[in-house]
Amino acid sequence: MTVSKVASMADAIKDLVRDGDTVAIEGFTHLISFAAGHEIIRQGRRDLTLARLTPDLIYDQMVAAGVARKLIFSWLGNPGVGGLNAIRRRVERAAVAASGEPALELEEYSHHGMVGRYVAGAANLPFYPLRSYFETDLPKANPLIREVASPYGDGVVYAVPPLRPDVTVVHAQRASAAGDTQVWGLLGCQKEAAFAADRVIVVVEEVVSDEVIRADPNRTIIPGLIVDAVVVEPWGAHPSYVQGAYDRDNQFYLDWDPISRDEAATQAWLRDWVHGVAGRAEYVEKLGPERLAMLRPSGSAPSGSVDYGQYA
Amino acid sequence: MTDTTTPAAFTKSEMMIVAAARELAGQRVCFVGVGLPNIAVNLAKRTVAPDMELVYEAGVFGARPGRLPLSIGDPTIVTGATAVTSMFELFTFYLQGGLIDVGFLGAAQIDRFGNINTTVIGDYDEPTTRLPGSGGACEIAINARQVFVIMRQSRRSFVDSIDFRTSPGNLGGAENSARIRQEQGWLGRGPSVVVTDLGIYHFDDDGEMRLDSLHPGATLDEARATIGWDLRTAPTLETTPPPTADEIRLIREELDPGGAYTK
Repeated sequence: MTVSKVASMADAIKDLVRDGDTVAIEGFTHLISFAAGHEIIRQGRRDLTLARLTPDLIYDQMVAAGVARKLIFSWLGNPGVGGLNAIRRRVERAAVAASGEPALELEEYSHHGMVGRYVAGAANLPFYPLRSYFETDLPKANPLIREVASPYGDGVVYAVPPLRPDVTVVHAQRASAAGDTQVWGLLGCQKEAAFAADRVIVVVEEVVSDEVIRADPNRTIIPGLIVDAVVVEPWGAHPSYVQGAYDRDNQFYLDWDPISRDEAATQAWLRDWVHGVAGRAEYVEKLGPERLAMLRPSGSAPSGSVDYGQYA
Repeated sequence: MTDTTTPAAFTKSEMMIVAAARELAGQRVCFVGVGLPNIAVNLAKRTVAPDMELVYEAGVFGARPGRLPLSIGDPTIVTGATAVTSMFELFTFYLQGGLIDVGFLGAAQIDRFGNINTTVIGDYDEPTTRLPGSGGACEIAINARQVFVIMRQSRRSFVDSIDFRTSPGNLGGAENSARIRQEQGWLGRGPSVVVTDLGIYHFDDDGEMRLDSLHPGATLDEARATIGWDLRTAPTLETTPPPTADEIRLIREELDPGGAYTK
Protein backbone atom coordinates (compact mmCIF):
# COMPACT_ATOMS: atom_id res chain seq x y z
CA MET A 1 0.00 0.00 0.00
CA THR A 2 1.50 3.31 -1.06
CA VAL A 3 1.43 6.26 1.30
CA SER A 4 -0.76 9.20 0.30
CA LYS A 5 1.16 12.42 -0.34
CA VAL A 6 -2.00 14.50 -0.60
CA ALA A 7 -1.56 17.76 1.29
CA SER A 8 -3.17 21.18 1.44
CA MET A 9 -1.44 23.92 -0.56
CA ALA A 10 -0.72 25.80 2.67
CA ASP A 11 1.00 22.77 4.22
CA ALA A 12 2.90 21.86 1.05
CA ILE A 13 4.36 25.38 0.70
CA LYS A 14 5.05 25.64 4.45
CA ASP A 15 6.91 22.33 4.51
CA LEU A 16 8.73 22.44 1.17
CA VAL A 17 9.51 26.06 0.18
CA ARG A 18 12.07 27.97 2.24
CA ASP A 19 13.44 31.51 2.19
CA GLY A 20 16.35 31.78 -0.26
CA ASP A 21 15.30 28.74 -2.30
CA THR A 22 15.52 28.42 -6.06
CA VAL A 23 11.93 27.71 -7.10
CA ALA A 24 10.72 26.63 -10.56
CA ILE A 25 6.98 26.92 -11.18
CA GLU A 26 7.13 25.54 -14.70
CA GLY A 27 4.55 25.06 -17.47
CA PHE A 28 4.87 26.66 -20.91
CA THR A 29 1.77 28.88 -21.13
CA HIS A 30 -0.13 25.70 -20.13
CA LEU A 31 -0.46 24.34 -16.56
CA ILE A 32 1.12 27.23 -14.66
CA SER A 33 0.50 26.84 -10.92
CA PHE A 34 -0.75 30.31 -10.03
CA ALA A 35 -2.23 28.69 -6.91
CA ALA A 36 1.22 27.75 -5.61
CA GLY A 37 2.68 31.16 -6.49
CA HIS A 38 -0.09 32.92 -4.61
CA GLU A 39 0.38 30.71 -1.54
CA ILE A 40 4.13 31.51 -1.57
CA ILE A 41 3.18 35.21 -1.55
CA ARG A 42 0.67 34.71 1.30
CA GLN A 43 3.26 32.91 3.41
CA GLY A 44 5.71 35.78 2.88
CA ARG A 45 8.71 33.87 1.52
CA ARG A 46 11.72 36.09 0.81
CA ASP A 47 14.87 36.15 -1.34
CA LEU A 48 13.70 33.45 -3.72
CA THR A 49 15.42 32.82 -7.03
CA LEU A 50 12.58 32.19 -9.47
CA ALA A 51 13.32 30.02 -12.53
CA ARG A 52 10.98 29.64 -15.52
CA LEU A 53 11.42 29.81 -19.29
CA THR A 54 8.69 32.45 -19.44
CA PRO A 55 8.20 34.27 -16.12
CA ASP A 56 4.62 35.05 -17.21
CA LEU A 57 2.12 36.86 -15.00
CA ILE A 58 2.81 34.60 -12.02
CA TYR A 59 6.40 35.81 -11.58
CA ASP A 60 5.35 39.41 -12.32
CA GLN A 61 2.95 39.05 -9.37
CA MET A 62 5.53 37.32 -7.16
CA VAL A 63 8.16 39.97 -7.92
CA ALA A 64 5.62 42.71 -7.18
CA ALA A 65 4.84 40.98 -3.87
CA GLY A 66 8.51 41.10 -2.88
CA VAL A 67 9.27 37.37 -2.64
CA ALA A 68 12.08 37.30 -5.22
CA ARG A 69 15.61 38.63 -5.47
CA LYS A 70 16.55 37.00 -8.79
CA LEU A 71 15.05 35.62 -12.02
CA ILE A 72 16.44 32.86 -14.24
CA PHE A 73 14.56 32.90 -17.56
CA SER A 74 14.56 32.96 -21.37
CA TRP A 75 11.53 35.08 -22.43
CA LEU A 76 10.22 37.89 -20.28
CA GLY A 77 6.78 38.86 -21.50
CA ASN A 78 3.02 38.72 -21.18
CA PRO A 79 2.37 36.21 -24.01
CA GLY A 80 0.34 37.74 -26.82
CA VAL A 81 -0.12 40.99 -24.85
CA GLY A 82 3.12 42.84 -24.09
CA GLY A 83 5.64 43.27 -21.30
CA LEU A 84 5.80 42.24 -17.65
CA ASN A 85 5.54 45.65 -16.08
CA ALA A 86 6.20 44.90 -12.40
CA ILE A 87 9.42 43.11 -13.35
CA ARG A 88 10.38 45.92 -15.75
CA ARG A 89 10.07 48.40 -12.86
CA ARG A 90 12.73 46.40 -11.02
CA VAL A 91 15.03 46.26 -14.07
CA GLU A 92 14.80 49.45 -16.14
CA ARG A 93 17.19 52.22 -15.16
CA ALA A 94 14.78 55.11 -14.61
CA ALA A 95 12.27 53.08 -12.57
CA VAL A 96 14.96 51.43 -10.44
CA ALA A 97 16.57 54.81 -9.69
CA ALA A 98 13.20 56.32 -8.78
CA SER A 99 12.28 53.44 -6.45
CA GLY A 100 15.52 53.43 -4.45
CA GLU A 101 15.18 49.62 -4.31
CA PRO A 102 17.94 47.31 -5.56
CA ALA A 103 17.47 46.06 -9.13
CA LEU A 104 16.22 42.52 -9.61
CA GLU A 105 19.08 40.20 -10.54
CA LEU A 106 18.64 38.56 -13.97
CA GLU A 107 20.25 35.41 -15.35
CA GLU A 108 19.20 35.03 -18.95
CA TYR A 109 19.29 32.20 -21.51
CA SER A 110 17.34 31.15 -24.62
CA HIS A 111 14.51 28.59 -24.47
CA HIS A 112 16.79 25.79 -25.65
CA GLY A 113 19.37 26.85 -23.07
CA MET A 114 16.83 26.78 -20.22
CA VAL A 115 15.47 23.39 -21.30
CA GLY A 116 19.06 22.12 -21.50
CA ARG A 117 19.80 23.40 -18.00
CA TYR A 118 16.96 21.31 -16.58
CA VAL A 119 18.06 18.30 -18.67
CA ALA A 120 21.61 18.53 -17.30
CA GLY A 121 20.23 18.98 -13.79
CA ALA A 122 17.96 15.96 -14.12
CA ALA A 123 20.64 13.79 -15.75
CA ASN A 124 23.40 14.64 -13.25
CA LEU A 125 25.65 16.12 -15.95
CA PRO A 126 28.13 19.01 -15.53
CA PHE A 127 26.78 20.91 -18.53
CA TYR A 128 24.50 20.74 -21.56
CA PRO A 129 25.91 21.43 -25.06
CA LEU A 130 23.94 23.27 -27.74
CA ARG A 131 24.39 25.08 -31.05
CA SER A 132 22.90 28.36 -29.89
CA TYR A 133 24.52 31.68 -28.86
CA PHE A 134 27.11 31.86 -31.68
CA GLU A 135 27.68 35.48 -32.74
CA THR A 136 25.17 36.80 -30.21
CA ASP A 137 25.66 39.09 -27.19
CA LEU A 138 24.07 36.55 -24.82
CA PRO A 139 27.38 35.02 -23.59
CA LYS A 140 28.57 38.56 -22.76
CA ALA A 141 25.35 39.28 -20.85
CA ASN A 142 25.55 35.94 -19.02
CA PRO A 143 29.10 34.63 -18.45
CA LEU A 144 27.70 31.22 -17.43
CA ILE A 145 27.10 30.58 -21.15
CA ARG A 146 30.49 29.29 -22.24
CA GLU A 147 32.17 27.81 -25.30
CA VAL A 148 33.23 24.19 -25.17
CA ALA A 149 35.33 22.29 -27.71
CA SER A 150 34.17 18.90 -28.91
CA PRO A 151 36.44 16.18 -27.42
CA TYR A 152 36.29 14.57 -30.87
CA GLY A 153 37.90 17.55 -32.58
CA ASP A 154 34.91 18.54 -34.70
CA GLY A 155 34.26 22.05 -33.59
CA VAL A 156 33.00 24.20 -30.79
CA VAL A 157 29.54 24.50 -29.26
CA TYR A 158 28.16 26.41 -26.30
CA ALA A 159 27.50 24.97 -22.85
CA VAL A 160 25.01 25.91 -20.17
CA PRO A 161 25.28 24.75 -16.54
CA PRO A 162 22.82 22.35 -14.87
CA LEU A 163 19.86 23.88 -13.08
CA ARG A 164 18.76 22.01 -9.98
CA PRO A 165 15.88 23.87 -8.34
CA ASP A 166 15.34 23.38 -4.63
CA VAL A 167 11.66 23.06 -5.45
CA THR A 168 9.78 22.49 -8.71
CA VAL A 169 6.01 22.99 -8.83
CA VAL A 170 4.09 21.30 -11.64
CA HIS A 171 0.38 21.63 -12.35
CA ALA A 172 -1.25 18.63 -14.09
CA GLN A 173 -4.62 17.22 -15.07
CA ARG A 174 -4.38 14.32 -12.65
CA ALA A 175 -2.21 12.27 -10.33
CA SER A 176 -2.59 9.37 -7.96
CA ALA A 177 -2.36 10.03 -4.23
CA ALA A 178 1.18 8.66 -4.44
CA GLY A 179 2.10 11.39 -6.94
CA ASP A 180 2.18 9.48 -10.23
CA THR A 181 1.33 12.34 -12.56
CA GLN A 182 -0.34 12.37 -15.99
CA VAL A 183 -0.43 15.27 -18.41
CA TRP A 184 -1.84 15.83 -21.88
CA GLY A 185 -1.52 18.87 -24.09
CA LEU A 186 1.65 20.96 -24.09
CA LEU A 187 4.33 19.29 -22.00
CA GLY A 188 6.73 22.24 -21.84
CA CYS A 189 9.63 21.06 -19.71
CA GLN A 190 7.59 19.98 -16.69
CA LYS A 191 9.19 16.55 -16.67
CA GLU A 192 12.75 17.86 -16.94
CA ALA A 193 12.19 20.52 -14.26
CA ALA A 194 10.68 17.96 -11.88
CA PHE A 195 13.47 15.41 -12.29
CA ALA A 196 16.07 18.20 -11.84
CA ALA A 197 14.60 19.36 -8.52
CA ASP A 198 15.40 18.42 -4.95
CA ARG A 199 11.71 18.65 -3.92
CA VAL A 200 8.62 18.36 -6.13
CA ILE A 201 5.08 19.62 -5.56
CA VAL A 202 2.43 18.37 -7.97
CA VAL A 203 -0.82 20.35 -8.12
CA VAL A 204 -3.72 18.63 -9.89
CA GLU A 205 -7.25 19.19 -11.05
CA GLU A 206 -8.16 15.78 -9.62
CA VAL A 207 -6.72 12.82 -7.76
CA VAL A 208 -7.39 9.49 -9.46
CA SER A 209 -6.93 5.89 -8.44
CA ASP A 210 -3.80 3.93 -9.14
CA GLU A 211 -5.84 1.87 -11.67
CA VAL A 212 -6.55 4.95 -13.79
CA ILE A 213 -2.81 5.72 -13.96
CA ARG A 214 -1.87 2.13 -14.76
CA ALA A 215 -4.48 1.89 -17.52
CA ASP A 216 -2.47 4.45 -19.54
CA PRO A 217 1.20 4.40 -18.48
CA ASN A 218 2.38 6.27 -21.62
CA ARG A 219 0.69 9.38 -20.27
CA THR A 220 2.63 9.43 -16.99
CA ILE A 221 5.35 12.09 -17.10
CA ILE A 222 6.37 12.14 -13.42
CA PRO A 223 6.46 9.10 -11.11
CA GLY A 224 5.44 9.43 -7.46
CA LEU A 225 8.98 8.33 -6.66
CA ILE A 226 10.21 11.93 -7.00
CA VAL A 227 7.08 13.70 -5.69
CA ASP A 228 6.91 15.14 -2.17
CA ALA A 229 3.36 16.50 -2.11
CA VAL A 230 0.18 16.20 -4.17
CA VAL A 231 -2.15 19.19 -3.86
CA VAL A 232 -5.67 18.98 -5.24
CA GLU A 233 -6.59 22.43 -6.48
CA PRO A 234 -9.22 22.63 -9.24
CA TRP A 235 -8.74 25.80 -11.34
CA GLY A 236 -5.30 26.08 -9.74
CA ALA A 237 -3.73 27.14 -13.05
CA HIS A 238 -6.12 30.05 -13.71
CA PRO A 239 -5.59 32.45 -15.54
CA SER A 240 -3.40 30.02 -17.51
CA TYR A 241 -5.14 26.90 -18.74
CA VAL A 242 -5.49 23.14 -18.49
CA GLN A 243 -5.97 21.28 -21.77
CA GLY A 244 -9.45 19.78 -21.92
CA ALA A 245 -10.59 21.42 -18.65
CA TYR A 246 -10.45 25.19 -19.10
CA ASP A 247 -9.05 27.76 -21.53
CA ARG A 248 -6.61 30.58 -20.86
CA ASP A 249 -8.47 33.53 -19.35
CA ASN A 250 -7.20 35.92 -22.01
CA GLN A 251 -9.21 38.79 -20.59
CA PHE A 252 -7.16 38.52 -17.41
CA TYR A 253 -3.89 38.57 -19.38
CA LEU A 254 -5.15 41.75 -21.10
CA ASP A 255 -6.38 43.28 -17.81
CA TRP A 256 -3.05 42.62 -16.11
CA ASP A 257 -1.30 45.02 -18.49
CA PRO A 258 -2.88 48.26 -17.16
CA ILE A 259 -2.97 46.93 -13.58
CA SER A 260 0.72 46.07 -13.61
CA ARG A 261 1.72 49.41 -15.15
CA ASP A 262 0.66 51.10 -11.92
CA GLU A 263 2.39 50.09 -8.68
CA ALA A 264 -0.57 51.07 -6.48
CA ALA A 265 -3.03 49.15 -8.69
CA THR A 266 -0.71 46.14 -8.62
CA GLN A 267 -0.55 46.16 -4.81
CA ALA A 268 -4.33 46.63 -4.60
CA TRP A 269 -4.81 43.61 -6.87
CA LEU A 270 -2.50 41.52 -4.66
CA ARG A 271 -4.48 42.61 -1.59
CA ASP A 272 -7.80 41.64 -3.18
CA TRP A 273 -6.92 38.44 -5.00
CA VAL A 274 -3.99 36.98 -3.06
CA HIS A 275 -3.84 38.26 0.54
CA GLY A 276 -7.60 38.79 0.58
CA VAL A 277 -8.46 35.13 0.00
CA ALA A 278 -7.58 32.16 2.18
CA GLY A 279 -6.68 29.95 -0.76
CA ARG A 280 -7.58 28.86 -4.27
CA ALA A 281 -11.11 27.69 -3.38
CA GLU A 282 -11.98 31.20 -2.23
CA TYR A 283 -10.29 32.72 -5.29
CA VAL A 284 -12.39 30.48 -7.55
CA GLU A 285 -15.54 31.48 -5.68
CA LYS A 286 -14.59 35.14 -6.11
CA LEU A 287 -14.14 34.64 -9.86
CA GLY A 288 -17.75 33.48 -10.00
CA PRO A 289 -19.56 30.84 -12.03
CA GLU A 290 -20.11 33.02 -15.11
CA ARG A 291 -16.41 33.72 -15.58
CA LEU A 292 -15.60 30.04 -15.13
CA ALA A 293 -18.31 28.91 -17.55
CA MET A 294 -16.83 31.14 -20.29
CA LEU A 295 -13.52 29.34 -19.95
CA ARG A 296 -14.80 25.84 -20.58
CA PRO A 297 -13.82 24.32 -23.95
CA SER A 298 -16.39 24.94 -26.69
CA GLY A 299 -16.67 21.20 -27.31
CA SER A 300 -15.19 17.82 -26.68
CA ALA A 301 -12.21 16.21 -28.48
CA PRO A 302 -11.56 12.84 -26.84
CA SER A 303 -8.44 10.85 -27.64
CA GLY A 304 -8.82 7.51 -29.29
CA SER A 305 -8.01 4.64 -27.01
CA VAL A 306 -5.32 2.02 -27.53
CA ASP A 307 -5.12 -1.55 -26.35
CA TYR A 308 -1.98 -2.26 -24.32
CA GLY A 309 -2.84 -6.00 -24.19
CA GLN A 310 -2.65 -8.41 -21.28
CA TYR A 311 0.55 -10.48 -20.93
CA ALA A 312 -0.18 -12.44 -17.77
CA MET B 1 -14.43 29.96 -54.61
CA THR B 2 -11.73 32.38 -53.63
CA ASP B 3 -12.43 35.99 -54.30
CA THR B 4 -9.35 37.58 -55.89
CA THR B 5 -10.77 41.06 -56.41
CA THR B 6 -9.23 43.89 -54.40
CA PRO B 7 -11.31 45.27 -51.55
CA ALA B 8 -11.94 49.00 -51.40
CA ALA B 9 -9.90 49.51 -48.26
CA PHE B 10 -7.24 47.68 -46.29
CA THR B 11 -4.89 48.75 -43.52
CA LYS B 12 -1.10 48.85 -43.66
CA SER B 13 -0.99 46.06 -41.11
CA GLU B 14 -3.27 43.89 -43.24
CA MET B 15 -1.05 44.49 -46.29
CA MET B 16 2.01 43.52 -44.25
CA ILE B 17 0.42 40.30 -43.00
CA VAL B 18 -0.79 39.36 -46.49
CA ALA B 19 2.63 40.05 -48.06
CA ALA B 20 4.35 37.96 -45.40
CA ALA B 21 1.91 35.08 -45.83
CA ARG B 22 2.48 35.03 -49.61
CA GLU B 23 6.25 34.75 -49.10
CA LEU B 24 5.59 31.35 -47.48
CA ALA B 25 4.31 29.78 -50.72
CA GLY B 26 6.08 26.50 -51.37
CA GLN B 27 7.54 26.16 -47.87
CA ARG B 28 7.21 22.79 -46.17
CA VAL B 29 7.95 23.24 -42.45
CA CYS B 30 7.58 26.58 -40.67
CA PHE B 31 8.50 27.46 -37.09
CA VAL B 32 5.92 29.99 -35.92
CA GLY B 33 6.90 32.94 -33.72
CA VAL B 34 4.77 34.98 -31.34
CA GLY B 35 2.79 38.04 -32.51
CA LEU B 36 2.64 39.07 -36.18
CA PRO B 37 4.35 35.88 -37.45
CA ASN B 38 1.55 33.90 -35.81
CA ILE B 39 -1.18 35.55 -37.93
CA ALA B 40 0.90 35.63 -41.13
CA VAL B 41 1.65 31.92 -40.91
CA ASN B 42 -1.95 31.02 -40.10
CA LEU B 43 -3.07 33.07 -43.12
CA ALA B 44 -0.54 31.28 -45.36
CA LYS B 45 -1.86 27.93 -44.15
CA ARG B 46 -5.35 28.97 -45.31
CA THR B 47 -4.15 30.38 -48.67
CA VAL B 48 -0.78 29.81 -50.39
CA ALA B 49 0.61 26.99 -48.27
CA PRO B 50 -2.19 24.61 -47.18
CA ASP B 51 0.22 21.67 -46.82
CA MET B 52 2.75 23.57 -44.71
CA GLU B 53 3.52 22.00 -41.34
CA LEU B 54 3.24 24.52 -38.49
CA VAL B 55 5.73 23.99 -35.70
CA TYR B 56 5.25 25.80 -32.39
CA GLU B 57 8.12 26.09 -29.93
CA ALA B 58 5.75 25.10 -27.13
CA GLY B 59 6.15 21.56 -28.51
CA VAL B 60 3.74 21.01 -31.39
CA PHE B 61 4.46 19.64 -34.87
CA GLY B 62 1.75 19.76 -37.54
CA ALA B 63 -0.64 22.11 -35.73
CA ARG B 64 -4.10 22.72 -37.16
CA PRO B 65 -5.34 25.65 -35.08
CA GLY B 66 -9.12 25.98 -35.18
CA ARG B 67 -8.85 29.67 -34.23
CA LEU B 68 -5.98 32.17 -34.25
CA PRO B 69 -3.82 31.10 -31.29
CA LEU B 70 -3.84 33.82 -28.60
CA SER B 71 -0.26 33.02 -27.77
CA ILE B 72 2.20 30.44 -29.04
CA GLY B 73 1.01 28.09 -26.30
CA ASP B 74 -2.72 28.13 -27.00
CA PRO B 75 -4.69 24.88 -26.48
CA THR B 76 -6.01 25.16 -30.06
CA ILE B 77 -2.55 24.28 -31.42
CA VAL B 78 -2.72 20.93 -29.62
CA THR B 79 -6.17 19.62 -30.54
CA GLY B 80 -5.91 17.89 -33.92
CA ALA B 81 -2.11 18.27 -34.24
CA THR B 82 0.14 15.57 -35.69
CA ALA B 83 2.40 15.45 -32.63
CA VAL B 84 2.91 17.00 -29.23
CA THR B 85 6.56 16.84 -28.18
CA SER B 86 8.46 17.95 -25.13
CA MET B 87 10.27 21.25 -25.63
CA PHE B 88 13.50 19.29 -25.37
CA GLU B 89 12.55 17.20 -28.43
CA LEU B 90 11.28 20.25 -30.28
CA PHE B 91 14.49 22.25 -29.86
CA THR B 92 16.86 19.30 -30.35
CA PHE B 93 15.35 16.87 -32.88
CA TYR B 94 13.21 19.26 -34.90
CA LEU B 95 15.06 22.62 -34.81
CA GLN B 96 18.72 21.84 -34.09
CA GLY B 97 18.34 18.62 -36.09
CA GLY B 98 17.62 20.67 -39.21
CA LEU B 99 13.97 19.92 -39.99
CA ILE B 100 12.77 23.54 -40.04
CA ASP B 101 12.68 25.23 -43.47
CA VAL B 102 11.58 28.68 -42.32
CA GLY B 103 11.80 30.35 -38.95
CA PHE B 104 9.56 33.39 -38.71
CA LEU B 105 10.70 36.13 -36.34
CA GLY B 106 9.66 39.57 -35.18
CA ALA B 107 12.12 42.15 -33.85
CA ALA B 108 12.39 45.32 -31.81
CA GLN B 109 15.51 46.41 -33.70
CA ILE B 110 17.07 45.17 -36.93
CA ASP B 111 20.17 46.34 -38.81
CA ARG B 112 20.96 46.36 -42.54
CA PHE B 113 22.37 42.82 -42.33
CA GLY B 114 19.29 41.39 -40.64
CA ASN B 115 20.84 41.03 -37.18
CA ILE B 116 18.08 41.25 -34.58
CA ASN B 117 17.66 42.70 -31.10
CA THR B 118 14.79 41.60 -28.86
CA THR B 119 16.63 41.96 -25.53
CA VAL B 120 17.18 45.57 -24.38
CA ILE B 121 17.20 49.17 -25.54
CA GLY B 122 20.19 50.91 -24.00
CA ASP B 123 22.83 49.29 -21.82
CA TYR B 124 22.27 45.63 -20.89
CA ASP B 125 22.89 46.08 -17.16
CA GLU B 126 20.87 49.27 -16.81
CA PRO B 127 18.49 49.25 -19.77
CA THR B 128 16.25 52.10 -20.83
CA THR B 129 13.70 49.51 -21.98
CA ARG B 130 13.73 45.86 -21.06
CA LEU B 131 12.39 43.69 -23.92
CA PRO B 132 11.43 39.99 -23.69
CA GLY B 133 14.82 38.52 -24.66
CA SER B 134 15.60 35.58 -26.94
CA GLY B 135 12.98 32.99 -26.19
CA GLY B 136 13.70 30.59 -29.03
CA ALA B 137 14.78 33.31 -31.47
CA CYS B 138 18.56 32.94 -31.25
CA GLU B 139 18.39 29.20 -31.97
CA ILE B 140 15.86 29.72 -34.77
CA ALA B 141 18.22 32.26 -36.38
CA ILE B 142 21.06 29.74 -36.25
CA ASN B 143 19.28 26.47 -37.06
CA ALA B 144 16.29 27.20 -39.32
CA ARG B 145 17.26 26.82 -43.02
CA GLN B 146 16.11 30.40 -43.65
CA VAL B 147 14.65 33.19 -41.57
CA PHE B 148 11.74 35.50 -42.42
CA VAL B 149 11.24 38.69 -40.46
CA ILE B 150 7.99 40.66 -40.11
CA MET B 151 7.98 44.06 -38.37
CA ARG B 152 6.77 47.62 -38.74
CA GLN B 153 9.25 50.16 -40.06
CA SER B 154 10.45 53.09 -37.96
CA ARG B 155 13.68 54.91 -37.18
CA ARG B 156 13.56 53.32 -33.76
CA SER B 157 13.44 49.78 -35.14
CA PHE B 158 15.46 49.94 -38.39
CA VAL B 159 18.73 51.15 -36.95
CA ASP B 160 22.31 51.57 -38.09
CA SER B 161 23.54 49.72 -35.02
CA ILE B 162 21.43 47.47 -32.78
CA ASP B 163 21.86 47.80 -28.99
CA PHE B 164 22.13 44.04 -28.39
CA ARG B 165 22.51 41.14 -30.82
CA THR B 166 19.97 38.54 -29.69
CA SER B 167 19.71 36.67 -33.00
CA PRO B 168 22.42 36.65 -35.65
CA GLY B 169 21.56 37.56 -39.24
CA ASN B 170 24.14 38.17 -41.96
CA LEU B 171 26.55 39.36 -39.24
CA GLY B 172 28.82 41.99 -40.85
CA GLY B 173 28.06 40.96 -44.44
CA ALA B 174 27.37 37.91 -46.57
CA GLU B 175 30.93 36.69 -47.09
CA ASN B 176 31.73 36.95 -43.41
CA SER B 177 28.40 35.35 -42.54
CA ALA B 178 28.79 32.42 -44.93
CA ARG B 179 32.29 31.69 -43.64
CA ILE B 180 31.27 31.85 -39.97
CA ARG B 181 28.11 29.81 -40.52
CA GLN B 182 30.11 27.13 -42.29
CA GLU B 183 32.99 27.09 -39.78
CA GLN B 184 30.61 26.78 -36.86
CA GLY B 185 28.44 24.14 -38.48
CA TRP B 186 25.20 26.14 -38.58
CA LEU B 187 22.45 24.65 -40.72
CA GLY B 188 20.79 27.99 -41.36
CA ARG B 189 21.60 30.32 -44.25
CA GLY B 190 20.27 33.30 -42.34
CA PRO B 191 17.63 35.90 -43.11
CA SER B 192 16.07 35.90 -46.56
CA VAL B 193 12.99 38.15 -46.36
CA VAL B 194 11.94 41.17 -44.30
CA VAL B 195 8.31 42.21 -44.69
CA THR B 196 7.26 45.58 -43.25
CA ASP B 197 4.17 47.76 -43.34
CA LEU B 198 5.77 49.62 -46.29
CA GLY B 199 7.40 46.97 -48.44
CA ILE B 200 9.26 43.71 -48.99
CA TYR B 201 13.02 43.41 -48.62
CA HIS B 202 15.35 40.61 -49.65
CA PHE B 203 19.10 40.44 -49.15
CA ASP B 204 21.70 41.37 -51.77
CA ASP B 205 24.73 39.21 -52.55
CA ASP B 206 26.78 41.17 -50.03
CA GLY B 207 24.23 40.42 -47.29
CA GLU B 208 22.60 43.87 -47.11
CA MET B 209 18.85 44.41 -47.06
CA ARG B 210 17.40 45.59 -50.38
CA LEU B 211 13.92 47.02 -50.95
CA ASP B 212 12.36 45.01 -53.79
CA SER B 213 8.71 45.95 -53.55
CA LEU B 214 6.69 48.85 -52.15
CA HIS B 215 3.17 48.19 -50.90
CA PRO B 216 0.35 50.10 -52.64
CA GLY B 217 0.15 53.58 -51.15
CA ALA B 218 3.66 53.51 -49.65
CA THR B 219 6.31 55.80 -51.10
CA LEU B 220 10.05 55.55 -51.41
CA ASP B 221 10.39 58.75 -49.36
CA GLU B 222 8.37 57.17 -46.58
CA ALA B 223 10.56 54.06 -46.68
CA ARG B 224 13.73 56.20 -46.54
CA ALA B 225 12.37 58.32 -43.70
CA THR B 226 11.72 55.25 -41.52
CA ILE B 227 15.05 53.51 -41.93
CA GLY B 228 18.20 54.40 -40.05
CA TRP B 229 20.70 53.82 -42.87
CA ASP B 230 21.10 54.71 -46.53
CA LEU B 231 18.34 52.57 -48.05
CA ARG B 232 19.29 50.29 -50.92
CA THR B 233 16.62 49.65 -53.56
CA ALA B 234 16.30 47.11 -56.38
CA PRO B 235 17.03 48.43 -59.91
CA THR B 236 13.37 47.85 -60.75
CA LEU B 237 11.16 48.52 -57.79
CA GLU B 238 7.95 46.49 -57.84
CA THR B 239 4.56 47.32 -56.36
CA THR B 240 3.20 44.62 -54.05
CA PRO B 241 -0.11 43.26 -55.38
CA PRO B 242 -2.83 44.50 -52.98
CA PRO B 243 -4.67 42.07 -50.69
CA THR B 244 -7.50 40.14 -52.29
CA ALA B 245 -11.01 40.20 -50.88
CA ASP B 246 -10.49 36.61 -49.79
CA GLU B 247 -7.30 37.37 -47.86
CA ILE B 248 -8.97 40.32 -46.13
CA ARG B 249 -12.02 38.23 -45.27
CA LEU B 250 -9.84 35.53 -43.70
CA ILE B 251 -8.00 38.09 -41.58
CA ARG B 252 -11.06 40.04 -40.46
CA GLU B 253 -13.55 37.22 -40.00
CA GLU B 254 -11.50 34.15 -39.09
CA LEU B 255 -8.06 35.07 -37.87
CA ASP B 256 -8.30 38.39 -36.08
CA PRO B 257 -11.93 39.43 -35.63
CA GLY B 258 -10.92 41.51 -32.59
CA GLY B 259 -8.34 43.44 -34.62
CA ALA B 260 -5.55 42.68 -32.16
CA TYR B 261 -2.88 42.55 -34.87
CA THR B 262 -4.42 44.60 -37.63
CA LYS B 263 -5.46 47.91 -36.08
